[in-house]
Amino acid sequence: MKKSVRFYSGAELVAIAAVDAGCRFFGGYPITPSSEIAETMSLMLPKVGGTYIQMEDEIAAMGSIIGASLAGEKVLTATSGPGFSLKQENIGYAYMAEVPCVICNVMRGGPSTGLPTALAQADIMQAKWGTHGDHPVIALTPAYLEEIYELTIKAFNFAEIYRMPIMLLLDEVIAHLSAAIELPDKERLVIKNRRRPTVPPEKYYPYDTAYGDVPPMANFFEGYRFHVTGLSHDKTGFPTTDPEIVQADQERHLRKVNSKKSEIVDYEYYKMKDADIVIFAYGSTARAARVAVDNARSLGINVGMMRLRVIWPLPDAEILKLCSKSKAIIIPEMNMGQLSEVIERYAADRTKIMRINHVGGVPIHPTDILNVIKEAL
Amino acid sequence: MAFEYEKYLRMDKIPHLWCPGCGIGVVLKAMLRAVENMGWNKDDVAFVSGIGCTSRAPGYIDCNTLHTTHGRALAFATGIKLARPAKHVVIFSGDGDATAIGGNHFIHACRRNINMTLVVVNNNTYGMTGGQHSPTTPIGYKTSTTVYGNIDPTFDICMLARGAGASYVARATVNKGKQLEKYITKGFEHNGFSVIVATANCHTQFGRKNKMGDPISARKWIADREIPLEKAREMKAEELKDRVITGEFITEEPEKTRWDNYNHPVHEYTEAYQTIRDKAQEKK
Ligand SMILES: Cc1ncc(C[n+]2csc(CCOP(=O)(O)OP(=O)(O)O)c2C)c(N)n1
Ligand code: SF4
Ligand SMILES: [Mg+2]
Repeated sequence: MKKSVRFYSGAELVAIAAVDAGCRFFGGYPITPSSEIAETMSLMLPKVGGTYIQMEDEIAAMGSIIGASLAGEKVLTATSGPGFSLKQENIGYAYMAEVPCVICNVMRGGPSTGLPTALAQADIMQAKWGTHGDHPVIALTPAYLEEIYELTIKAFNFAEIYRMPIMLLLDEVIAHLSAAIELPDKERLVIKNRRRPTVPPEKYYPYDTAYGDVPPMANFFEGYRFHVTGLSHDKTGFPTTDPEIVQADQERHLRKVNSKKSEIVDYEYYKMKDADIVIFAYGSTARAARVAVDNARSLGINVGMMRLRVIWPLPDAEILKLCSKSKAIIIPEMNMGQLSEVIERYAADRTKIMRINHVGGVPIHPTDILNVIKEAL
Repeated sequence: MAFEYEKYLRMDKIPHLWCPGCGIGVVLKAMLRAVENMGWNKDDVAFVSGIGCTSRAPGYIDCNTLHTTHGRALAFATGIKLARPAKHVVIFSGDGDATAIGGNHFIHACRRNINMTLVVVNNNTYGMTGGQHSPTTPIGYKTSTTVYGNIDPTFDICMLARGAGASYVARATVNKGKQLEKYITKGFEHNGFSVIVATANCHTQFGRKNKMGDPISARKWIADREIPLEKAREMKAEELKDRVITGEFITEEPEKTRWDNYNHPVHEYTEAYQTIRDKAQEKK
């Protein structure tokens, strides 16, 4: 078979992987540094019979993908900081109505228009708490081009498995990086699809918990004629204010991710075996951290790295273990410590958390990290 | 023979939450008769709405129904229609939903000329939230947020739709259910974006604050202001003060195309997108 080795950018890989995962609808609104994803989708989707539409704003883009998903398509939107803020209202809707969709946010500096063209990891918390109310969250943070492809496929699978919006968080460097890579064999991809109802329409409820925490999902126009609302609803999909039903439903939403955490969390260890200083990183900063680990090792320092491929939910047990056995945990982030603040709570008094926070738009250099490693000694 | 509304309603959801005598019921009934006129299969129709009293309508209809976020119904509907162009997508919206918070989505749905029908129930107020003023509250009228009288100029939703590119635009009042039914049916038949504005009473909120707190006086107020388009054409501007013009503002034949402001023919959007797919799939 002909291997497809060629130059791809990170943004292109999101689009290619989305199409390979079965995505057939993209609704977007241009914003730097995510526009290349929309551009690639506008090129690819009509070729495979799909649909690309540029909506009037990000609120509409998010609404359009929810509509298309309810009609039965796998859907994607891509944006960046300010656009991610605008999408939050309808992201909340997708959580509430349990509509599978993938939101790619190529992070840039904020708040507001911030640094449109510069690198940041500014939306780690917005990805978790951006919309109002309680809801589960799954967010992925690829650091390498091959990984963008792999984790985009995974994001679509998660969306379908858990019937919810999935956040794919890239930083500007990762999205704009280009290199020659070999795409995986399409035949060997594992692609998941939403669980379909097995009962006839008269016995179908769109939020029927008899089938577990993720109810089977019918699509519009297939004879099921169900109702979807962003209001709190019961298993029939119609609004309810019954405190017990609302409470149970909110708990189920959280449980559908929390009970599967072990299948969702995804991280990588690098030279961790004898490490007593640990760098805890994600996205492009993890690439600098990896170099810093190598450089420190060559100086004889026992340092390693734990890198998150899925940033939400966090691997609790592993982080706690890390906290109790390491002398220091260094957390480099292109924000003012959004993840560090969380890890500090895990650490309590067990270990020292050392933050490296750059928000000026220039990457964290391996030397910046190496200097902190030396401080930690 | 009496029309069998039960055929299209989710009878287990009745009684509805609207106030007795609310104008929305008239619009819902006209809508259901229009669906019957079209002979549509209920499985093939999606009703989409935003938030507000009006937007509760889809919940009562036995079709695929989607109650979205405030003002955003058209965005969701656009996604549904593009994903399934052969299906029928109908949107219910209040005046606030369609032209305040959803104004941007409204003008762009008109501009795209996508084959969907939007029915705006214009009751001149934000009914659901307690009767605040909306972009269609007439100047001088009282609402819970214009207690000294409204000074905000109004939108004419039909003119807005026409200017933005909708290709079938009509208005009727809830006093004339038959006319509403006719316009909604024509909207359904039309291949392009159609907007039907139903001038309706919200006696509970808007009426009560303006000395017409019961359905009859609120509907009389509507009747007194109504002027059919044919008559309005022969009247002077000052005679049209405080009048609401009803009729069909654009009635294009199905085979005729809309022309945009550069005199380019505008096609129905899902058909236009199919030509993009064909182009993309052309073997070089
Ligand atoms: C984002 C957001 N802002 C405000 C509201 C509160 N709200 C609910 S309905 C409504 C206005 C409804 O007025 P209209 O669209 O005219 O519908 P009506 O109730 O009159 O039929 C408002 C402001 C909301 N639900 N969501
Ligand atoms: S508040 Fe007004 S719009 Fe709402 S149901 Fe009552 S009369 Fe109708
Ligand atoms: Mg209103």
